[in-house]
Amino acid sequence: MFGYYVKLAGISIRRNPVLTGLMILAIGLGIGACMTTITVNYVMSSDPIPHKSDQLHYVQIDSWDPNNPFSDDGDPPDQVTWTDATNFMRDKKAFRQSAIASSNGVIIPPGDDSKPFMAAMRITYADFFPMFDLPFQFGSGWPSSADDNHEYVVVLSRKTNDEVFGGEDSVGRTLNVVGKEFRVIGVLDEYFPVPKFYDVSTGAFDAPEDIYLPFVLKEDLELNNNGNTNCWKAQESEGFLGFLQSECINYQMWVELPTNADKQAYEDYLYSYVTEQKSLGRLERPMNNRLPNVMEWLDDQEVVEDDAQILLWLSFMFLGVCLLNTIGLLLAKFVSRSAEIGLRRAVGASRGDLFIQHTVETAIIGIAGGILGLGLSLLGLEGVKILYSDVPEQIVQLDITMVTLALILALIASVAAGLYPTWKACNIAPASQLKSQ
Amino acid sequence: MLEMKEVKKVFRTELVETHALRDFSLTVNEGDFIAVTGPSGSGKTTFLNIAGLLESFDGGTYLLDGDDVSNLNDRQRSRLRNEKIGFIFQSFNLIPDLDLFDNVDVPLRYRGFNAAERQRRIEASLERVGLASRMKHLPAQLSGGQQQRVAIARALAGEPRFLLADEPTGNLDTAMAGSVLEFLQEINDAGTTIVMVTHDQQLARQAKRNIFVRDGRVSDLDELNDETPAVVNA
Repeated sequence: MFGYYVKLAGISIRRNPVLTGLMILAIGLGIGACMTTITVNYVMSSDPIPHKSDQLHYVQIDSWDPNNPFSDDGDPPDQVTWTDATNFMRDKKAFRQSAIASSNGVIIPPGDDSKPFMAAMRITYADFFPMFDLPFQFGSGWPSSADDNHEYVVVLSRKTNDEVFGGEDSVGRTLNVVGKEFRVIGVLDEYFPVPKFYDVSTGAFDAPEDIYLPFVLKEDLELNNNGNTNCWKAQESEGFLGFLQSECINYQMWVELPTNADKQAYEDYLYSYVTEQKSLGRLERPMNNRLPNVMEWLDDQEVVEDDAQILLWLSFMFLGVCLLNTIGLLLAKFVSRSAEIGLRRAVGASRGDLFIQHTVETAIIGIAGGILGLGLSLLGLEGVKILYSDVPEQIVQLDITMVTLALILALIASVAAGLYPTWKACNIAPASQLKSQ
Repeated sequence: MLEMKEVKKVFRTELVETHALRDFSLTVNEGDFIAVTGPSGSGKTTFLNIAGLLESFDGGTYLLDGDDVSNLNDRQRSRLRNEKIGFIFQSFNLIPDLDLFDNVDVPLRYRGFNAAERQRRIEASLERVGLASRMKHLPAQLSGGQQQRVAIARALAGEPRFLLADEPTGNLDTAMAGSVLEFLQEINDAGTTIVMVTHDQQLARQAKRNIFVRDGRVSDLDELNDETPAVVNA
């Protein structure tokens, strides 16, 4: 019977093409608006490293002003001090760990024709690359020994390698960064985590950095601070080292803890560490250590912006309005064929048969609306690109999950919209229709 | 075959209560061809709708082939309509977007026949009413008489034992009406029981048996003969 219902739906759609077109348009507009905002929210809130996001933990301890909390809701500071970052790296209590920070500096490409340019830099440790599964086009990250020996090694982004070395395998070549000759040890493949979870302090949807240098070189080369630097008291000694040893927070600390036991052990370590620091006169605030995993950290940092969520709800309301219109149009369509419904009842169709027949028709209209909605979503996402030119490409793309979701949403929405008109159609008294035709 | 005893039907609105049938009793036997006549509003069509399981009733009993139909659910009533009852309406009630083949197909779809069986029955039914060559035509391309023949083909395709006709010639001219009546007689001769509601006394006379309905009940035969001498009991 399903084939028969599909055939009847086709006939019905051809019978009232304008009415049907309006319904498809209404559903399409609603789905288009919803899918545009859902896609943006979905990508913004998606897990950027799903296979191990629950094993990667962001380290927080309360190093803030003893007399004033860092935040009103009791959260500890969102970054750590140089002192704590380097202590954590010295103790190496996790399976993998890396303190990181952003910086920038001038790159002088080899050759006479190339012009120097300012590059965004990520200073980090060797574990950063395997911990966050960064993909390599050439070479690899540097070994731990390079951190220990303060070696001048650099990992380039694919874009930087394309610009500086024309995309060729540059491993082993030298590159002048902040006035020093660095040896290229690896070139990343395309890498654009969305959100840029490892450092959301300066923009969760910014592009990753151009080059990656050993964290330990910050002190050696006096690399400047980029990103948010927050201080609750003035530095106690002069100079760059004095700044590093201050209580200013500018560093992010990540650890990889594969098991719950590892996590428990690291929490114990943090407790001991803070206790020890308190005995040294630091960290005077109450114990307030946190080890959120990636998704907990992104949620805590409210990576999905409020206006994106408001837009999402507005788009759902718009879909609701579109569905109300669809309900009205379906009512008009079904009631106009009361005589046919009466006849079908007379010759043996049960209410259930008619319910299925009309539900199939609304489902087909819904799927057509969903396909139109997908097209409108693509237009909507193009609009987002135009309006927000700094939004990364990854945010404004429909993947197979979103396409499937759009069609399922359209199907459910249309069938839900069709329930009342279908119920009305099924309950038309056949006797009156047969006599009055 | 069909037995109604003291069947009652009341239509209610907020202001008015209309007794369409009052203690309506009638027995229809296998092979009958009954014409039901009566003034407008007498309850003829209500009787036909109840007989055809299109409407419920408020009291009395209705046995169809010995089975009480008063407590059947919607699916059971639909099944009975589909298997045992054929309908012919004054205004044909063909679906305008479907060609003749698909119109005749409608009741067969709900019976669950396979495609080959449906095709055999549709072709045989349209052949029987002389329209096999036009099965791909739309109803609007046919005359009124031809449309009624298609409606008859649709009613016969499921091989019902019981045909209910509500003013089957009401929208036809005399010649076409005669043709349709002849056809109904042929069907009845072939064994199908027919109950026909009509205003047309000439038509009623052609039936084997006449019933006169007044004020929602079958009128007394003597009274009937006194008041409506044109109506003949065969």
